[in-house]
Amino acid sequence: MGIDVRNVNKAFGSTPVLRDVSVDVTAGSLTALLGPSGGGKSTLLRVIAGLEKPDTGTVVISGVDATRLAPQRRNVGFVFQHYAAFKHMTVFDNVAFGLQVRKRSKSEIRARVGELLELVHLEAFATRYPAQLSGGQRQRMALARALAVEPQVLLLDEPFGALDAQVRKELRAWLRRLHDEVHVTTVFVTHDQEEAIEVADNIVVLADGEVRQAGTPAEVYDQPVNPFVMRFLGPVTNIGDRLVRPHDLELSRDAEPGSSAAEVTRVLRLGFEVRVEMRLDNHDAWAQITRRAADRLSLRPGDTVYVRPNAEARTLAADAA
Amino acid sequence: MTVDTQQVQAPGPPAPDSLPSGNDAEATGRGGRRSGGRSWRPSSVIDQSGSVTMLSLGGVVMFLSLIVLIPLAAVVWRSSEQGLGYFWQAIRTPDAWAALKLTIAASLVVALVNLVMGTLIAWVLIRDDFPGKRVVDALIDLPFALPTIVAGLVLLGIYGPESPIGINLAYSRAGVVAALLFVTLPFVVRTVQPVLLELDAEMEEAAASLGAGRWLTFRRIILPNLLPAVLSGTALAFTRSMAEFGSTVLISGNLPFQTQVASVQIFGQIESDNITGAAAVSTVLLAVALVALVTLDLVQRWGRRIND
Amino acid sequence: MTKHILRSAALLYLLMLLVLPLAFIAYRTFEAGLGTFWASLTSPSALHAFRVTIIVAFWAVLLNTIFGVATALLLVRHTFIGKRGLNALIDLPLAVSPVVVGLALILVYGRFTPVGGWLDAVGIQIIFSIPGMVLATVFVSLPLVVRSVVPVLEELGDEQEQAARTLGAGRSATFRRITLPGIRAALGYGIVLCLARALGEYGAVAVVSGRLVDQTQTITLFVEERFQNFDQPAAFAASTALGLLAVATLLITKLIAPKVRSS
Repeated sequence: MGIDVRNVNKAFGSTPVLRDVSVDVTAGSLTALLGPSGGGKSTLLRVIAGLEKPDTGTVVISGVDATRLAPQRRNVGFVFQHYAAFKHMTVFDNVAFGLQVRKRSKSEIRARVGELLELVHLEAFATRYPAQLSGGQRQRMALARALAVEPQVLLLDEPFGALDAQVRKELRAWLRRLHDEVHVTTVFVTHDQEEAIEVADNIVVLADGEVRQAGTPAEVYDQPVNPFVMRFLGPVTNIGDRLVRPHDLELSRDAEPGSSAAEVTRVLRLGFEVRVEMRLDNHDAWAQITRRAADRLSLRPGDTVYVRPNAEARTLAADAA
Repeated sequence: MTVDTQQVQAPGPPAPDSLPSGNDAEATGRGGRRSGGRSWRPSSVIDQSGSVTMLSLGGVVMFLSLIVLIPLAAVVWRSSEQGLGYFWQAIRTPDAWAALKLTIAASLVVALVNLVMGTLIAWVLIRDDFPGKRVVDALIDLPFALPTIVAGLVLLGIYGPESPIGINLAYSRAGVVAALLFVTLPFVVRTVQPVLLELDAEMEEAAASLGAGRWLTFRRIILPNLLPAVLSGTALAFTRSMAEFGSTVLISGNLPFQTQVASVQIFGQIESDNITGAAAVSTVLLAVALVALVTLDLVQRWGRRIND
Repeated sequence: MTKHILRSAALLYLLMLLVLPLAFIAYRTFEAGLGTFWASLTSPSALHAFRVTIIVAFWAVLLNTIFGVATALLLVRHTFIGKRGLNALIDLPLAVSPVVVGLALILVYGRFTPVGGWLDAVGIQIIFSIPGMVLATVFVSLPLVVRSVVPVLEELGDEQEQAARTLGAGRSATFRRITLPGIRAALGYGIVLCLARALGEYGAVAVVSGRLVDQTQTITLFVEERFQNFDQPAAFAASTALGLLAVATLLITKLIAPKVRSS
């Protein structure tokens, strides 16, 4: 049930959107395509679904070369950012659609739809119309609809992008639980790194049509291979020409080997963490330390402090490509 | 008017939407839907001087009454002046009855043809692309702008006795239908186009991902969403057909019992000073128009409900 | 494949119904040369017909513009009992057969009616005369200006007008300097539509005018009368003139339309 994308190129007119993209999705995993807007993630997803045709390259789904197959024949479930609900049909009919296309019997359809509506907690809404549902409910319906036909692969295009922050968080967690139950190979697109880290087994970072890095959330966060990935996945600050995560910094009053001198410009207490803003080498930097460390140092604006990345921290040269 | 339609190209002259939008203005007064996204209510600052409103309203109502309401009422009055029995008789005279039957039948045929061809043309104009498409799109509005008598002459030229391509529809019912098709061409096309344009492409993609082929997608996803617009346009085409006069006059030859439509029959009655007879048939036409308008209104309300 | 079938079907239909007829008339008209075309259009009867048409159209458009703006303002900026009714009635003329319009006006303003009789006594003849034709033309083009202006008035909102009032502007000043400029494009659009309709009206005017040649004959009536009298060149020439006018109208409306939406 895995997906194997090899050397896919796609351009819209003269604008290249995917450049020699290769991605490997393990069967049964939950993979996030993460990256800034316009980076090609949605296009890649649509290429996998068959809603776009690549100019070159191949897409293999469960061992079958699907590159030239129409979306109808790929058996992929697709969930859209804006739900794409069949607004003239009830929730029940929406979910039943795929089964009706496959000419299943009425009783079979009723059973399966019932099962799915329970799964997504929409049993009470079967006879309602999408217009009567909230955004979150519509998206759950869309998921049920996609899952109804037991797809080999489930694709979600920024599924929570159109929802409020609160609903987004809830559905995010819910998607993860759903995947743990249903185990369909799932790929979803997001520009929210927090979402990707929280939900996915694997993250593929895409920008400008290229894969910048692929790996587990821990790998891409703690071992970024280039500054772009590092900056995209989390906070970054520049100490002595190296990029390092602010929470990986050690501060002390005395000079230590490998540390740089900095002048404290601001000390902000943010909940249980403290943010120390500093100036060194003619640019601004900041460190994130615990309250205890902050109390021990008792820093004030104007003080000189010595900064260095801690021993296990991963740093990158600031001008690395 | 069509000014607020979502057509990509400029909307045409007397557009079919002039009937639909009647309800948009109505909704506004209650702070209803507007494309501006703000619900609007008349402000009390402006409305202080109720007297000016009253004056304005009085003027408008008087104008409307003098020109539209009272004259139309006079028609209905005149037709029933001598009692319902006489009214019925006037309608049942052989030529009046034949004219009414022909008009209704022809209008139904025209409405159906427009339903199919209008939707087809709208589809091609929105979904397809070919050199000259914009010109073709602009041409659709021509029947709106062209005087009906000119339309009739134009059709008679090419499909009449001196037809260069050998098709002679003069003095035939086919000729009447052709004339009616000409003048009703824009109705369904122009009501369907904006809806087709706005149609959520992702719905079709979703259907494809669920295994639906093109025809199935069209039947179960696209068509149901187009239906209100298609029906609106068809109702408009029907109404216009029933009322049409100028374009049929020349090509049909106005043969009573054969190619004479109701409006022409009424004209004849007026010329022969049979005013009551004319009024009776006129009243029937008005009644049909009323039913069509009410149906149209219902269809539009239904359409709005689905699309929210 | 399907795409090509659909495209061909659509284009064939349009060819047969729209393109060929129009092309043919243009051909027939100019077949006899521009000279004949021009001569037909400048005969005394033709010129008289043009004059009548222009007079009738002018008054009809003027009346409908005033009515249209007033009604649009009422519908959009005010509330009153019967607003829905008024709204529905505005659209009524579009559904009425032109011949019925003519009949209706005769029944109220003809010489043998109370109103018509009284007017006749004071020397005003409505039916079989220009005023009647103006009324008929007003009737058939009634909704056009209103329906063009209403959406734009809604879109504009009344905040600017409110601001003007708080700054001390009276009603008419507010209207002149704030509202009117705002609806200018839409109003222009509506006026062009109204004018086109007025110039092209046939049925209602045919009934109401008595079709008296050289007296109450508009260009459209001229077309029909010439054709019935076997004067094809004149009929075709006038038709083509009207056709060109129609095309001009379409072009103008397409030019104005984008400005309407962005105002």
